[in-house]
Amino acid sequence: MRVQRLLTETENKKIADNVDLKLIEPLIEKYKGKKGNLIPLLQGVQSIYGYIPRSAFELLSAKTGLKLSDMYGVATFYAQFRLSPVGKHIVKVCHGTACHVQGADAISTAIKDALGVSDGETTPDKLFTLETVACLGCCSLAPVMMIDEESYGKLTGSSAVKIIKEIKIKEKENK
Amino acid sequence: MAQTKVIVGLGSCGIAAGANKVYNKLKAIKDAENLNFELAKTSCIGMCFREPLVEVVDENGSMIYGDVNEDKALEIVQQHIIGHNPIKDYVVKTDLFKTPDNSFFDGQVKIALRNCGYIDPENIHEYESRNGYQALRKIVNEKMQPETIIQTIIDSGLRGRGGGGFPTGLKWRFAYSNKADEKYIICNADEGDPGAFMDRSLLEGDPHAVIEGMIIGAYAIGATNGIIYCRAEYPLAIKRLNIALSQAREHEYLGKNIMGIDGFNLNINIKEGAGAFVCGEETALMASIEGKRGMPSKRPPFPAEQGLWRKPSNINNVETYANVPYIIANGAESYNKYGTEKSKGTKVFALTGKIKHGGLVEVPMGTPLRDIIYKLGGGIQNDKKFKAVQLGGPSGGCIPEHLIDIQVDYDQVTATGAIMGSGGMVVMDETTCMVDVARFFLDFTQKESCGKCTFCRIGTKRMLEILTRITQGEGEEGDIEKLEELALQVRESSLCGLGQTAPNPVLTTIKYFRHEYEAHIKDKKCPAHSCKKLLTYTIDPEKCTGCTVCAVKCPVKAIDGERKKVHTINQDICIKCGDCYSNCRFDAITKN
Repeated sequence: MRVQRLLTETENKKIADNVDLKLIEPLIEKYKGKKGNLIPLLQGVQSIYGYIPRSAFELLSAKTGLKLSDMYGVATFYAQFRLSPVGKHIVKVCHGTACHVQGADAISTAIKDALGVSDGETTPDKLFTLETVACLGCCSLAPVMMIDEESYGKLTGSSAVKIIKEIKIKEKENK
Repeated sequence: MAQTKVIVGLGSCGIAAGANKVYNKLKAIKDAENLNFELAKTSCIGMCFREPLVEVVDENGSMIYGDVNEDKALEIVQQHIIGHNPIKDYVVKTDLFKTPDNSFFDGQVKIALRNCGYIDPENIHEYESRNGYQALRKIVNEKMQPETIIQTIIDSGLRGRGGGGFPTGLKWRFAYSNKADEKYIICNADEGDPGAFMDRSLLEGDPHAVIEGMIIGAYAIGATNGIIYCRAEYPLAIKRLNIALSQAREHEYLGKNIMGIDGFNLNINIKEGAGAFVCGEETALMASIEGKRGMPSKRPPFPAEQGLWRKPSNINNVETYANVPYIIANGAESYNKYGTEKSKGTKVFALTGKIKHGGLVEVPMGTPLRDIIYKLGGGIQNDKKFKAVQLGGPSGGCIPEHLIDIQVDYDQVTATGAIMGSGGMVVMDETTCMVDVARFFLDFTQKESCGKCTFCRIGTKRMLEILTRITQGEGEEGDIEKLEELALQVRESSLCGLGQTAPNPVLTTIKYFRHEYEAHIKDKKCPAHSCKKLLTYTIDPEKCTGCTVCAVKCPVKAIDGERKKVHTINQDICIKCGDCYSNCRFDAITKN
């Protein structure tokens, strides 16, 4: 079983100042009153903010009549949902069977060292969030990782770190 | 002279290997030099080990180039397309001559994958040009009744390809015979097995085949609503499914009074999964569609009686549906002529792990496991020794070398203690530790257990703790027996397939590789030299030249020695990272 916790009030206050709840109003209009709408609503909220803010839960509940407890139950059940903010780029290191036997642990270790965060954490500059996923389905190219929507295969520890460094350099140039 | 066609394979694997860059390069060359060839896209042909793939079709026939990068793409244009002089060394598949990779296709029979790699999956006309939607047309033209369709599927011997192996036609008959104002047809595309990608490839490569299969199923059972439950980790599959669905609506294969059949209405929508392995179980999947936590419920009532929203529902997986149009169009015999007595037709396998030719293969049921691994798969990477092959993912088991001559069908695979599963085949060599493999799968099932049944929730956790201890050199006498006892209880006391099969990877590795468990527990050694904590690195004084590389690379300064003198490793400090081992140029460091 996975265990996730909602941010506490104090933790939440630190980060929640810039959540613009207006953004999810069209989403609520689209799904309001439709049966089976809970998961698509939460998915929609997460695609806007990168995670599900506490205030969004409350607004959804007020406007749709869905129970907070039901929403919280679903959000903590599925691996996809995040309850705290994420970095600009999400690095998903595949730990499927094929990647495991081809040395996915070494990839994770190298990236953890390079970014200075552990699994599920975000770098202090808010650029990267590191995640471990079960399988990306590119098993023949194992070990694999996915950054945002792009997959990278046949990795070694150093090639994985190189890809991340390149993104870092690009981000600096864009600043 | 026909125009030359250049086709780039753009499945997820191909794209991960750089196929988009190759496609853009080809397009740039074509535009810059105003060349007269057609540039097209397709999806996965199965040769993942040679991605990116580029096929050139000209008046001489077809040639598929492998491992193409931007430089090779330029060469192919210059020499093959402009110079009419194919670069034979780069060709991995052609009918014109034998290539070293030819054996990958020996013995393959493509039914479910019949169009993958041959059509542009985003173009409905290409699907139609290869007999697409002809099965549906046949139903209309020959006025085939639901009973006839169901009987044809029963006669074909098709069994659920998602792992359960239940006869598809019978499942349809149950849903058909339950009368209701509304019924649902559901496609399980929540391919959660780590190490399996058959359904992803099918959805990316031939989405219309799955949709046509669902339409036929809907007609047979009387469903008016269709749902494809697809995992969110497959963005490309979802994108192509959405395109295919809107094309099917435009061409009136979906909608009202489909193909002129009065009262046959069907719409199909996609539901994105949110990442829970247990949702592969049908009752959990339906709970998830309803917006609840994906927890399984007791059967009966079966989905065919009370499924989604308490209406009769039929669930099959992607590969099962993809077979349906072929069977209806060509008759039951065209399918059941392949296979063994109780396992008919073909099965798609995702061949991965320590294998030379990793990729997607489709073979008749009953094909010897040895042929799949050594002929199609080309044998073990770096010519290491084969140890086992894992079938069925976290619900399956490891088949050892002495059983490699079994024929792959439901019965023979089940007899080994593994299961056919959805078709993931992960090959392991002598460097893979079987205790670690069992630990890996338990780690997975333990996390994915929904928590409803006590034994599944806590039993798997306790099993994982024992396995972790063993791989860290803290195994105790009696651990194997404890694992066996817990395995039995988890299996007996769990409601759904996840818990009932979760112990399989442990039980099969204990059954066939007990000596590895014992070596970990008694001798504190990992025979595969894989479990880090059990390794000892030593320097061979005969081979050490005193080059100092290992001492420099060691992150914890555990290696002492003067330049040009033999070095030694201080075992008390060593963290067993292996950096010295991989950096020594004189083969002087051994791990034991």
